[in-house]
Amino acid sequence: MKSGSKLEKILSAGHFAFTGELGPPRGANLEAIQKKAEPLKGVVDSVNITDNQTAVVRMSSWGASLLAIQQGLEPNYQMVCRDRNRLAMQADVLGAYALGIRNILCLSGDHQQFGDHPQCKGVFDIDSMQLIQAVKGMRDGKFINGQEVDEPPRMFIGAAANPFAEPFEWRVYRLAKKINAGADFIQTQCIYNMEKMREWVKRARDMGLTEKVYILAGITPMKSLGMARYMKSKVPGMDVPDEVINRLKGVEKKKQGKEGIAMACEQIQEFKEMKGISGIHLMAIEWEHRVPEIAEQAGMLPRPEV
Amino acid sequence: MIVAKRKPFEEIKELIEGYKKVLVVGCGTCVAVCLAGGEKEVGILADELRLSQKSEKEPAEFGEATVQRQCDREFLSELDDIVPQYEALLSMACGAGIQFLAERFPDTPVFPAVNTTFIGVNQDVGWYEERCKACGNCVLGMTAGICPVTMCAKSLLNGPCGGTNGSSCEVDPNQPCAWHMIYERLARQGRLDKIIEICPANDWRNQKPQTLIQPGYEERYESEK
Ligand code: SF4
Ligand code: SF4
Repeated sequence: MKSGSKLEKILSAGHFAFTGELGPPRGANLEAIQKKAEPLKGVVDSVNITDNQTAVVRMSSWGASLLAIQQGLEPNYQMVCRDRNRLAMQADVLGAYALGIRNILCLSGDHQQFGDHPQCKGVFDIDSMQLIQAVKGMRDGKFINGQEVDEPPRMFIGAAANPFAEPFEWRVYRLAKKINAGADFIQTQCIYNMEKMREWVKRARDMGLTEKVYILAGITPMKSLGMARYMKSKVPGMDVPDEVINRLKGVEKKKQGKEGIAMACEQIQEFKEMKGISGIHLMAIEWEHRVPEIAEQAGMLPRPEV
Repeated sequence: MIVAKRKPFEEIKELIEGYKKVLVVGCGTCVAVCLAGGEKEVGILADELRLSQKSEKEPAEFGEATVQRQCDREFLSELDDIVPQYEALLSMACGAGIQFLAERFPDTPVFPAVNTTFIGVNQDVGWYEERCKACGNCVLGMTAGICPVTMCAKSLLNGPCGGTNGSSCEVDPNQPCAWHMIYERLARQGRLDKIIEICPANDWRNQKPQTLIQPGYEERYESEK
């Protein structure tokens, strides 16, 4: 075991993993975390705690990760390169590990221009690839500068992948780069374009990459037609095919949420069968309370005990 | 070249408020080429300032002078006899030129009339684009001559990020994604192997003021160090 996290145990035992997401509140609001955490207990193996998501100030991801642990959830601590330099990032990894955090997801982060402090200076001292490398290096006992770590933080290291963004041909090589940098698992961007996803997974399989890393397919159920349209036109790197829009258009407004969940469940079914996919990462944005129902309907329950 | 943009007129007026004799100092190199602070722009700004003083009881006076390069002592020396006749200097050079002017005349207040914006290229008349952030550790050899530090909004050395919008950057549909361009150009040259390897964390060498002495000149400046 690299870290001994529950997520690592589930994946290494060959179970189909199921992770969720919890966005920290825009305030020191403990209750908000409790409320979001409640429905996820026993339903997901680990929960991603986002780091100033969409460049909007929120409770720190390590702070919220600790609160998640108190709530009985295993956090997957997200860290972006936008807000900290290498000193702060390495320091935070040490602190997080010492306090019981075992999974980390290394990301570049959305550009600050999209957030609530667009005037700020983006740090980007290192990029996500270099962050993966840094956390792997620390686990192996060395900081970025080559100096020794006194008691290495044994993190299970995650990275993101966007199978859809251009240049498509390069995406699988970029996945290979992340694996070489030290990624143990991958969580993908929200998937709507299944055809492209199948092709990306096939290419990853052909290159032997799915043998080297656990890939969790990213799923975000559409709550409404409006959300689908927004995702299609406004969210960077999102690929929403017209079929998805049309299918939601075909049902009356009140039933669109239900249809969105049905679509997500169909995707999950397909991923369960797909060679090279090791689990699902469900990003039910501001829909945490519906996660048990989605998990049930998708046949993800009960979760295995490890 | 270094590209600059004139400050808003109101801001300039506020900066020099109260001074009765001001010399507007232009620079004949980069800022002249990018139409921000050459001889012509000095003339225009001085005229505008004079016009704005018309209704004053005691209008301020504005002189004009443009040197070939404000970042060079040899040219600044041309101003030695003129500057003492003025209460303040309003420089239209880049930030480096303005500072060198202020250093040469430490008894006279110096104000900037332009905002220095970037190191860039001339796309067409009046149209400039940033190309280099002077990071001090050039990676253009790896990236097919396209600067990821400057042209990628996140300065990624292992791009592209997951936000690319077709071939555009996630921050602006009108801004091409630097890493998309790097990929295309390397593919065209059959050199994609350049970006298969992980590029390690950069050694940012522009984090403190720097001095550069070219090889061969070390001895000459030994005594000054
Ligand atoms: S890599 Fe550095 S020196 Fe080279 S063009 Fe970019 S910013 Fe300038
Ligand atoms: S879209 Fe391209 S240029 Fe923009 S931040 Fe991402 S990699 Fe950089």
